[in-house]
Amino acid sequence: MESTASAFKDNAHDALGNKHLQSALDKMRAGFPQRRLDAIGKLPEFEDLREQGREIKNHVLENLDWYLERFERNVTAAGGHVHWARTPEEARQLILGLCRKLGARTVTKGKTMIAEEIGLNDFLEAEGVIPIETDLGEYIIQLRREPPSHIIAPAIHLTKGQVEETFREIHTSLPADRNLEEPRSLVAEARTMLRDKFLKADVGITGANFLIAETGTSVIVTNEGNGDLTQLLPKAHIVVASLEKIVPTLEDAAALLRLLARSATGQDMSVYTTFSTGPRRAEDPDGPGEYHVVLLDNGRSALLGSEFQDMLRCIRCGACMNHCPVYGAIGGHAYGWVYPGPMGAVLTPSLIGIENAKHLPNASTFCGKCESVCPMKIPLPKMMRHYREREWQKRLSPPVARLGLKLWAFLALRPPLYHFFYAIAAQVLGLLGKRQGSFYNLPLAGAWTSTRDMPAPQGRSFQELWHQREKKKAA
Amino acid sequence: MSDSTSAKPRVGLFVTCLVDLFRPSVGFAAVKLIEEAGCTVEVPGLQTCCGQPAYNSGDRADAAAVARRTIVLFEGFDYVVVPSGSCGGMIKEHYTELLQDDPPWHARAKAVAERTWELMAFIHDVRGMRRVAARYDGVVTYHDSCSGLRELGVKRQPRALLGSVEGLKLKELPGAETCCGFGGTFCVKYPEISDKMVEAKAEDVLATGADTLLAGDMGCLMNMAGKLRRMRTEAGARPTRVRHVAEVLAGMTDEPPIGEAGQ
Repeated sequence: MESTASAFKDNAHDALGNKHLQSALDKMRAGFPQRRLDAIGKLPEFEDLREQGREIKNHVLENLDWYLERFERNVTAAGGHVHWARTPEEARQLILGLCRKLGARTVTKGKTMIAEEIGLNDFLEAEGVIPIETDLGEYIIQLRREPPSHIIAPAIHLTKGQVEETFREIHTSLPADRNLEEPRSLVAEARTMLRDKFLKADVGITGANFLIAETGTSVIVTNEGNGDLTQLLPKAHIVVASLEKIVPTLEDAAALLRLLARSATGQDMSVYTTFSTGPRRAEDPDGPGEYHVVLLDNGRSALLGSEFQDMLRCIRCGACMNHCPVYGAIGGHAYGWVYPGPMGAVLTPSLIGIENAKHLPNASTFCGKCESVCPMKIPLPKMMRHYREREWQKRLSPPVARLGLKLWAFLALRPPLYHFFYAIAAQVLGLLGKRQGSFYNLPLAGAWTSTRDMPAPQGRSFQELWHQREKKKAA
Repeated sequence: MSDSTSAKPRVGLFVTCLVDLFRPSVGFAAVKLIEEAGCTVEVPGLQTCCGQPAYNSGDRADAAAVARRTIVLFEGFDYVVVPSGSCGGMIKEHYTELLQDDPPWHARAKAVAERTWELMAFIHDVRGMRRVAARYDGVVTYHDSCSGLRELGVKRQPRALLGSVEGLKLKELPGAETCCGFGGTFCVKYPEISDKMVEAKAEDVLATGADTLLAGDMGCLMNMAGKLRRMRTEAGARPTRVRHVAEVLAGMTDEPPIGEAGQ
């Protein structure tokens, strides 16, 4: 996927002025956090589970090579194939190669962020293989030719009215006077349109929420059952997943599943949790003839052992963005690439380079809400700060900010000068602002005063007043 | 290193830049509260900033230089008290991280961090203060500043103490734990996003019907006061008095509220 992360400020500006988006975000802010609270409120051991989840993933990351090989052995033993892809290009070619070998004309797709990361849809389409998204949200944005704006709710930036408009525009074979008032009728319409596509698809592509090393199993969770139809009906099931999805055992997967849906949507469990091990066996009533796993690195192994390793614990629940006040103000598209919100502010620079995503780690108040709700306890603000450090070292931060900070540091390390400067500033600003109490305009502070007043100082610095008082006492 | 001539613990007050420059009355309110909590207060004259602007901008070298100076100035006290969760969190939670590759300084940072407290947590949790002798006539709502709340666990202490203020009625703020959009340099680096956040916060404050908004951090307070005042001039929003919680608890509310002119 092409990145517009460097245009973050412009993207955010547009997002703030987009009425549809703002009304969709109002709904999101009111929904997800409360549902999560209700769900974890019913699970007294939730905090212990978070700790357990963190330990499971840390253990995997410390022994990733071993578990990956174990996973490959067990996939092969079950009759499947594992393909290793270092780059998005390698992954795309591997998938295209498999589609070609099977003579595939259409592929159905379950929701997968890795496919977004490697730009799979546009690539397959250009190569003459038609990809069809089957998750309702993904289906909607595919019709609109938009990228997802959220990792678990890809169409959350849209209102019901916009979806209805899109359906009327694209589904021209249906009666124009049909009633699409109810969300349910929109779901039914998408289901009708997709049914035939499920049956005709040659290949089904899904992502994986977890890859289980001890059994060679891939796991997906969905709420619509579309993933099951995608992976069971066609000739072949291709799983495309990144390296860090590995967990050692079924028990580990079960522990993480208990965290996932509660953190994501506030459900105890997603409606469907599907475990896939190898292709259809002789005694199976159904299933794909072939089972392939394309394992993508795309820079993740380089994070191992770095200050960003913790990011690889992420299980893609979306809790960080659901609770982020910045995401809540501008939505996901403003972040400009596949992964938005706090996890994107760390993962995007990790995968496409900090020079291409300079704003993302800076566009945070460090309020810490993301880390407090992360089921894997990923220290997101800390890692954003580490990216700010890289920007500082590489001189990527704006020259004005650098100059300002150097000036500040010069003063902060010279206390007498600092206090002199503060005493003067307090007096001058205090005098100028005395009548109103606030400034409506203040030179050099336009970024602040364009939308809010700047309170005026009381007129004397604390240090000045305190030391006068101490002198008087001593006298 | 307690003062052998006095039984009272010696507290070093870390004033913070914003209190020093904008609102010294918060510093004096803090001094009064710490003294009422049975301590003596000193204000090291060579203190400046905690280093957070550099630390959060990725300039570790300057942040560490400022941190070392602060450690030297405050390591002789029994306690370091800060009328801000943000600057308090910097000293208590981040100095050790900042100096982790420098073992001798890391140890000194850790020793100071262990004795550093945000003002509300200090008087309530450390000194066991449960009541204040103050009166405030008004309906008050309270915003939980992020660093104090999530880094230092400041939540129930200010509420417990406000409960003892005569005449004061506390009305909880829905979304009190949601960031106001200040975020240090964030508010000037991304003013449009910051404005969207503080606007939502101001609307929540106005919806409570409270006549006063309190919080424990000058940055957040200036941001919210500035927005509330702009909404008043431009959209006729109801006036809201904005103050640092220490002013109310110390009974020192003679100075006009933040952003307001004197009578």
